[in-house]
Amino acid sequence: MSTASPAPNRRDFLATSATALLATSAGAAAFNFTSSQPAAAAEASSIRPFTVSFPQEEIDELRRRIAATRWPDHELVSEAASRRTSATLAAGDTQGVQLATMQKLIQYWGTEYDWSKCEAQLKSLPHFVTEIDGLDIHFIHVKSSHQGALPVIITHGWPGSVIELLKVIDPLTNPTAHDGTAADAFDVVIPSMPGYGFSAKPTQPGWDPVRIAKAWTVLMKRLGYNRFVAQGGDWGALITEQMALMAPPELIAIHTNMPATIPPEIVKALAAGSPPPADLGPDEKRAYEQVAFFYKFGLGYANEMALRPQTLYGLVDSPAGLASWILDHDADSYALIARSFDGEPEGLTRDDILDNITLYWLTNTAISSARLYWEHRQTAKAGFFDAKGITIPVGVSANPSEIYTAPKSWTERAFPKLLHYGHPPKGCHFAAWEQPKYFTDDVRASFKTLRTA
Amino acid sequence: MKLHKLATVLAFGLCIFSALANASAAEDRSIRPFTVSIPQAALEDLRRRIAETRWPDRETVDDQSQGIQLAKLKPLVKYWGAGYDWRKAEAKLNTLPQFMTTIDGVDIHFIHVRSKHPNALPLIMTHGWPGSVFELLKTVGPLTDPTAHGGRAEDAFDLVLPSMPGYGFSGKPTETGWGPDRIAQTWAELMKRLGYTRYVAQGGDWGSPVSSAMARQAPTGLLGIHINLPAVVPPEIAAVLAVGGPAPTGLTDKERAAFDALSAGAKMGNRSYATMMGTRPQTIGYAINDSPTGLAAWMLGHPGFSRWTYDNSDPEKSPDEVLDDITQYWLSNSATSAGRLYWEYGGRSVVFAAVERTLEIALPVAITVFPNETYLAPETWARRAYPNLIYFHEVDKGGHFAAWEQPELFSAELRAAFRPLRQDF
Repeated sequence: MSTASPAPNRRDFLATSATALLATSAGAAAFNFTSSQPAAAAEASSIRPFTVSFPQEEIDELRRRIAATRWPDHELVSEAASRRTSATLAAGDTQGVQLATMQKLIQYWGTEYDWSKCEAQLKSLPHFVTEIDGLDIHFIHVKSSHQGALPVIITHGWPGSVIELLKVIDPLTNPTAHDGTAADAFDVVIPSMPGYGFSAKPTQPGWDPVRIAKAWTVLMKRLGYNRFVAQGGDWGALITEQMALMAPPELIAIHTNMPATIPPEIVKALAAGSPPPADLGPDEKRAYEQVAFFYKFGLGYANEMALRPQTLYGLVDSPAGLASWILDHDADSYALIARSFDGEPEGLTRDDILDNITLYWLTNTAISSARLYWEHRQTAKAGFFDAKGITIPVGVSANPSEIYTAPKSWTERAFPKLLHYGHPPKGCHFAAWEQPKYFTDDVRASFKTLRTA
Repeated sequence: MKLHKLATVLAFGLCIFSALANASAAEDRSIRPFTVSIPQAALEDLRRRIAETRWPDRETVDDQSQGIQLAKLKPLVKYWGAGYDWRKAEAKLNTLPQFMTTIDGVDIHFIHVRSKHPNALPLIMTHGWPGSVFELLKTVGPLTDPTAHGGRAEDAFDLVLPSMPGYGFSGKPTETGWGPDRIAQTWAELMKRLGYTRYVAQGGDWGSPVSSAMARQAPTGLLGIHINLPAVVPPEIAAVLAVGGPAPTGLTDKERAAFDALSAGAKMGNRSYATMMGTRPQTIGYAINDSPTGLAAWMLGHPGFSRWTYDNSDPEKSPDEVLDDITQYWLSNSATSAGRLYWEYGGRSVVFAAVERTLEIALPVAITVFPNETYLAPETWARRAYPNLIYFHEVDKGGHFAAWEQPELFSAELRAAFRPLRQDF
């Protein structure tokens, strides 16, 4: 999809032959090597090319398991109630992912769905691995052909992966082909978080968002970028905000599509379970209600992963179990995905959804990825959506179908150097994946004024 | 206006009443003998799935703080697929008289053991999650045949052990509304159908709210209840726990210990399984219905199992003990339907007095506190919560699954607790 060619790095392909051999001959384990293996072949900080490749038997085995799915009985609530979005969802409406949706998903996944298309798309991009802080980090790195492109590191979330960001690579690196000008060009770096996708799985505790944020700065500097921006949604937003809090001199601004803007007095009211304070404006009141509902009824999955990630053995042993766990992220994205399996795709296709789920399956990362919630809980000083005191410039997309739509008033308070408050007409939690055009517009608009240097 | 409203209410009430009358008239009230007989193909499918378990990487810590540890689960699953024999579990059930009867549209499976002693006191005992009738089987001998277990003939019980709707071999509800209150009504109907006009009820875990709901409803014939997971936490303490606040001042030592246990349990995430099933039982249901290992880990994640070794080092808690229970969930395909009980309750904790409306219970209540329970109910709180508390005893052994772990002691407690009620019998 990208016309950009793999960028030879300053460390070049020092160990290309050795590591490429390792990467391909190790087959399924190619993505899974630990620092001790390839480190012997090169210095730890080398950047090695990486090839995505899974043996056919892994795909066959997945299909066999899909076909052998053993179903529970039907949920006891109606389809209409199960599909309500956050605007109308009430306690007791849903029991989770519907049997009918799951059966459509499993039917398609086990028969028509073709992983090789996704693999080919991934293979068309330049992938690398480098060891940072003792862990192999995988990343996609696409340089723009335009001079003066602004480097950006974009971080995915849970239950996402680099796959949720593929659609924005070309618009960002090759803007003239996507309604932009050469001055809108970015060099794009898209890492897989530790324990996710093709990055290694930590074997020791401690890889919390702060440590990941530090690693990302190391990565950008290792790539030779001394002036860059960062972007993220979901965990990516949290990590990007942590980078902004550390404010390394090389980081000039960030953009987030899940901004943490809740003011301290609202945080207190939410924690106490109070009704919305009387002085809130309409946007603030709606945001308050969205967050209150999500905290009370929508956080079961996050709670489980924050407290007992290892107990979720079923997710790595059952494709259906993994799929339903991944589908049940938030009410609006679930409703969108469920409609897609009904034959009404609006931004996310069945293949989009299954590419991401299949990646989790093939890399066996359901539990290693869940541990990020556990790690966050060990060290977090504030809630996901609480304003954290960022002082560097920030651009924001406040999507209408996000878990909560950040009101402009809260956003201005949370980010004193607000570059841009984007309010796209459409978009759920997975903005870059679902609405790549609106996402790209906001990212371009946010950083426009910073390109003069 | 008022008259009109009254007429509407009456008409509505009549409709409900006639609907109920019709339903009960049409319902087959027969009590059918029942035998467990799982097809061999289901057992082979289970063994195949166990053998093909796809494992995650090891947890990144050296304790249980991330959940069920890989090194603890793997040997159990290996034994489950190679050495464990479900047919022995099936035989344990089938040596007991089992029955099926349809109540309120749902097939109810139950074990019914009558004592050989005359004037035995009928007792309906309710299991919990992730338990089943298996957690109660060891008490059948001591309770129904006390003279063979250190008791006296006048301590004898006629024992009824039902599987809750959605659990084990009972039917799965196909509509919402099957919370503890409705199960309690069903149990009263079951006892009536069995011809019992005077009886008592007992339960721990979910069996406690079910038994408490029975006591609150006070159906004709119910003399009193015994519970081993009482709902004694007072409202002001529940409010502090809800926001993770510090211990209030003025607590007695035992109250403080109970507060600390509940507070630490909440902070350690001991109820994350309940939050998940309380909000999205169907979502976790796909994994635990499709993966035996996933099911085992999910069930063993209950804090009541945290002290269990299930590795043969403790013959009282052998691998077979937990595998009988887990295998029954698997074979009856009830992992998801069982989880819905939490959803019916909105994920609320069953230890809060206000949630259980304990002040509305006028019937006699007996409580035994087992030392390894998830929290130790202080007597002061128990007396506040249950106005008619006739028995309160702290014992020195046993945990959350008291009947399973200490069947003799548990049975002795029931004998002592219900003795005063026999005089009315």
